[in-house]
Amino acid sequence: MNFWVELLISVLLLLGGVFVLVGSIGLIRLKDLYVRLHAPTKATTLGLGGILLGSMVYMSHQHGYLSIHELLITLFLVITAPVTAHILAKVALHHEVAMMKRTRNQHHVDTARSQLPPQEQSRDKD
Amino acid sequence: MLDWSMIAVGVMLCIALVLNLWRLLIGPHVVDRILALDTMYINSIALILLYGMYNGTQLYFEAALLIAMLGFVSSVAFGKYLLRGDIIE
Repeated sequence: MNFWVELLISVLLLLGGVFVLVGSIGLIRLKDLYVRLHAPTKATTLGLGGILLGSMVYMSHQHGYLSIHELLITLFLVITAPVTAHILAKVALHHEVAMMKRTRNQHHVDTARSQLPPQEQSRDKD
Repeated sequence: MLDWSMIAVGVMLCIALVLNLWRLLIGPHVVDRILALDTMYINSIALILLYGMYNGTQLYFEAALLIAMLGFVSSVAFGKYLLRGDIIE
């Protein structure tokens, strides 16, 4: 295999692997569920995207035609990852999972749970 | 070089899976466990794709796509059950 193609595939694969690993380390190390939701979404989009791009280049180079399967998985994951994160955040909000003390604007949580506008704005309107 | 980078990425993915399993075991709340399970689905898709690349076959893409769809549906079902007490109302 050509050296530069091999280098390109290796760089893409390593980038993806590093992002997946960083996402999992973030899942362990971050303090709070709402903060922890942030880490695996990076692993989904960037990490798996890098690995799938590397796989696409490899398969296209090996079989001699453009391989499209991987784009399907990337498209599916990019569509579904925000939906999952949103539903998990909503569940955490409704189950009143404790948040970090340093979280700002914690008094808005109750109004967000009952789906009302923030209290300051309604007071300004009055 | 490609073989070595594939092995290195495989080791990284396995470490990531072990870290996710740890969060799945210790997670203080149920939502933490669901999040860890979702991340485990994603990482196992990456591992399956890497295995397919290592063997030079395209046989595993359908399996990866199936796991992606099942992971999304199961995470949404868990979330919906916790949110509403029922999955299909």
